[in-house]
Amino acid sequence: MNPSLARSEVPVWNPRNYLNSPETGLRSWLLTQDHKRIGVMFLVATTIAFAIGGIFALLIRIELLTPGPTIMSAQTYNRMFTLHGVVMIFLFMIPAIPSGFGNFLVPLMIGAKDVAFPRLNLLSFYVYLAGAVIALFGMVQGGADTGWTFYTPYSTTTITKVVPVLLGAFILGFSSILTGLNFIVTTHTMRAPGLTWTRLPLFVWSIYATSVIQILATPVLGMSLLLVAVEHAFGWGIFDPARGGDPVLFQHFFWFYSHPAVYIMVLPAMAVISEVVCAFSRKNIFGYKAVAYSSLGIAFVGFFTWGHHMFVSGQSAFNGGVFGVLSMFVGIFTAIKVFNWTATLYKGSILFATPFAYFVGFLFFLVFGGMTGIALATVSLDVHWHDTYFIVAHFHFIMVGATLMAFLAALHYWFPKIAGKRLPEGWGLVAAVMIILGFNFTFIPQFLLGNEGMPRRYFSYPEKFWPLNVASTAGASVLAMGLVIVLVYTLVALKWGPVAGANPWNSRGFEWNTPSPPPPENYETTPVYTHGPHEYDLPGVETPPAATPEPKHAS
Amino acid sequence: MPANTTYLAHHFESLEKQTYAARLGMWLFLATEVLLFTALFAGYGVYRYLYPEAFREASRGLETWIGFVNTLVLVTSSFTVAMGLERATRGDGRGTRLLFGLSILLALAFLGLKAVEYTHHFHAGELPGRYYASDAVQGPGGPIFFALYFLITGLHAIHVVIGMTVLAVIGWRAGRGAYAAEYHVPVELGALYWHLVDLIWIFVFPLIYLV
Amino acid sequence: MNELLRRMLFLPEQASDYARQVDGLHYFIIITTMIAAAGVFATAIFFFVRYRRRADTDLTPHVAPRTIHEVVFVGLPLGLFLVWFAIGFPQYAKLSLPPKDAMDVYVQGKKWMWKFAYPGGPNAIDTLRVPVGRPVRLLITSRDVIHSFYVPALRVKMDALPGRYTQSWFKAEKPGRYEIFCAEYCGLGHSAMLGELVVMPQEEFDTWIAEQRRGANAVAQDAGPSGERALPAANVAEEGRRIASEQGCMKCHSVDGTRHIGPTWVDLYLRQEKLKDGKSVVADEGYLTKSMMDPAADIVAGYQNVMPTYQGKLSPPEVAAVVEYIKTLKTQAVRSGPSEGPVYESIPRPQ
Repeated sequence: MNPSLARSEVPVWNPRNYLNSPETGLRSWLLTQDHKRIGVMFLVATTIAFAIGGIFALLIRIELLTPGPTIMSAQTYNRMFTLHGVVMIFLFMIPAIPSGFGNFLVPLMIGAKDVAFPRLNLLSFYVYLAGAVIALFGMVQGGADTGWTFYTPYSTTTITKVVPVLLGAFILGFSSILTGLNFIVTTHTMRAPGLTWTRLPLFVWSIYATSVIQILATPVLGMSLLLVAVEHAFGWGIFDPARGGDPVLFQHFFWFYSHPAVYIMVLPAMAVISEVVCAFSRKNIFGYKAVAYSSLGIAFVGFFTWGHHMFVSGQSAFNGGVFGVLSMFVGIFTAIKVFNWTATLYKGSILFATPFAYFVGFLFFLVFGGMTGIALATVSLDVHWHDTYFIVAHFHFIMVGATLMAFLAALHYWFPKIAGKRLPEGWGLVAAVMIILGFNFTFIPQFLLGNEGMPRRYFSYPEKFWPLNVASTAGASVLAMGLVIVLVYTLVALKWGPVAGANPWNSRGFEWNTPSPPPPENYETTPVYTHGPHEYDLPGVETPPAATPEPKHAS
Repeated sequence: MPANTTYLAHHFESLEKQTYAARLGMWLFLATEVLLFTALFAGYGVYRYLYPEAFREASRGLETWIGFVNTLVLVTSSFTVAMGLERATRGDGRGTRLLFGLSILLALAFLGLKAVEYTHHFHAGELPGRYYASDAVQGPGGPIFFALYFLITGLHAIHVVIGMTVLAVIGWRAGRGAYAAEYHVPVELGALYWHLVDLIWIFVFPLIYLV
Repeated sequence: MNELLRRMLFLPEQASDYARQVDGLHYFIIITTMIAAAGVFATAIFFFVRYRRRADTDLTPHVAPRTIHEVVFVGLPLGLFLVWFAIGFPQYAKLSLPPKDAMDVYVQGKKWMWKFAYPGGPNAIDTLRVPVGRPVRLLITSRDVIHSFYVPALRVKMDALPGRYTQSWFKAEKPGRYEIFCAEYCGLGHSAMLGELVVMPQEEFDTWIAEQRRGANAVAQDAGPSGERALPAANVAEEGRRIASEQGCMKCHSVDGTRHIGPTWVDLYLRQEKLKDGKSVVADEGYLTKSMMDPAADIVAGYQNVMPTYQGKLSPPEVAAVVEYIKTLKTQAVRSGPSEGPVYESIPRPQ
């Protein structure tokens, strides 16, 4: 993988790529075992889920424009925010980056022809679809009204269709497990010669850490959701206080998964950012080991912080203190990354392109989302903020702000890799500014609403909360418009976008070592790695062969 | 090396790597299975702590001899599965089929005994939650014990059925000579899965019947 | 300064010292966060400008951190976070330890209202009146699903869990009216489950409670032992609890489900009791009243005939109050008593 290859002047579309070979029919896509195609299918499916969840979000914001009922009944509203949460978390945020971009990029980065278990990979996609269909079926049937947290005993006694939604989430968990398992094995066994653990791209490190969490936590969530479903359907009484059950036990089970799940959402975002910051500042990462190991640190400590969701559920002050301190350690690992990313810019060569704009947005949301998280871990402030809009704003900053920024950064950075086309840079920056500003205008008022004491999941509210709610809805509309612009120009660019060439960003990430879009087998010959990714101190102009010749033998 | 070209998937460099990947994947999968049960065991622990007497009494009411015989049956089946695997390493596919068939019969015996036990519970009204109609155990502990009892043993029984299916498919394929002495990874993984099913029962039996 | 920051952050008024302390931590965190974030972003912006790209294929030096860098990256935030925690955690610990001289109020969340009961009466719905400057301990439970008792002005919140009690406390320093919210989602009426905290001067409070109790007693005198009660149950039950402890009932009957000299009162109401002579009886109002008046008549299997009669010691309203109190002891999450077949009150489904 010596990057000193001749640079082609005119960008060339790779004629034999995974999009058109070996076949182009619908059947060849639906039955494909090519990780790139599966990744693309995941991206399409999760984007659709994101659109559905986003429409729910907009309807919620419109409903909250006035203190009383605006466009829907309390019943509809309760179902709406539940489905917003379920769709966004289980259908978009958990799979989007790992199963979408991760699937596409991990084998490319490690120089493999595919993931370790291609058939399981396809199965994971269909399991995802099955889970999504079942959850959507529940939605059409009337939907659940429990909130995505499914707290017992409310969830076991509600008359709404909570069982299909629970089963949907349970099945989606399997998709998550299969993908995670695949990535762990792939990272262990499929690395090309010379790609030692300390040369592994940070994207792969982070996805690896994510996979570990997925494998360890998802079964526990699956089981507890199943218990709620069994109890709702048959009245077995495990979490029902009237039958001697312990409702708080569910919260322990639930958060044992769902707190690490937050890192399932954030770690892939950090994975993307670690690549983007290097590529656009043309610098090696500052503190490779610190960034890599802090991902594992987050994965590990994330399992011991679940109790911080229960500071006001009557647990002892001692437990509160322990969970509070442990939560701060997660903050430390995040802080290490923030400092290292910033330090990476030092003596770099910074190109302020669209992905970099999203990096800036990401940094902003991560810093403020993270700091508010630490503030919550001081315990006494959490007593005031718990279950208010402050929490809503906090986790939207971290989970959505950071993850969405990373998702969009990934889209703009790797779109040339995936589709071989370029996205419009001007529109990209306009949309980025709208999305970042819109996001702030949506959620900063919500921080203040939480300070003022407005509890979450409120259908109506006292009039003193009115002005801030209007501000938040106004921000949401700007955010939505920005996202629509991105969607439109992405679809346009798929067909009419200018050809990008193999490596339009002149990046030294390993995934750019193949032509764009990549050929079906990724690499004609197995690459041999002699240095880490993003080593911009080495001389040479990096552009891999613009097109692959026909393979010499069917391997 | 004819085996290499026959069994090697296109995206692996060598059969050793492929075997290593398959084993690692299987072990990770087994870990998730263990965690699935761990959630139930944790729930069992919490409620046993909350209702120690009711749980002790309800546990005493179980047919320990059935549990014990079932443990022996499963351990024996694990042994026959291990022997089947040993046959496969020598390339004796028919031997594998025979021994796996024997294991399936043992598994059926296990399920039969389990069914006898379940029938007892139905007649005695020892059922979960609101269906509980026995007067053997007082208070809310009894129904919760049986909710967890049915969840844990039921989930385990589902795993036994899955394991039987796996053994049947692999045994049948082994009998047709689908594997060779140089390549018998599927047999190995199927056997691993069966050992896990057995191992979980080794935890379930003392937890529910003996403690 | 406090007032300015409070308004900038949209915080509600501070009705207690505790609220002021929590806000102090809040301000400290906001200010340090802003300084730290400004530092990070100023550095980033400086880098953007200073190191902007000149050519597409610029080469950059390989910069690697020294250990000291990473130590600083970890140490600085960790030190800051621990300082925050050192301020915040004692506040939380204080909140979980009510002072001994606190006045008790029982809080019960229910779809979708708050019930407040003072020991010795009265009780109230949705309005909690407390004297100013006196610590008040809240014993919080729920009748159906999880609720959360939240007074923003006090910066106090505690979940109301069905089947168990949680506690919290506050000392309001400023007379006035403050909002009470339910902070844990509980269904259709979640956002309408509003209450009001009225903090009044001690004398006013004393007058109010005395008036309420006079009224309550007058009504109680009129009510028969099992007749229609004009008072809401919680009030009478509180009275019953007081009577039971004064009369020494608790020396033999437990209210936590443990077996003692007499059968436990937990889940006693409507329980199927097996008697010494082999018959069985349902512990309804009639049986409970009879057992107080003529304890030797129906002895529960496994217990000795040691209970004295309360004939003449308790007036009919007092007996009714004790029965009401027993009826409220439906805590399921405690160990079961020796009697069999408790009848559970299942959670009513909406509609």
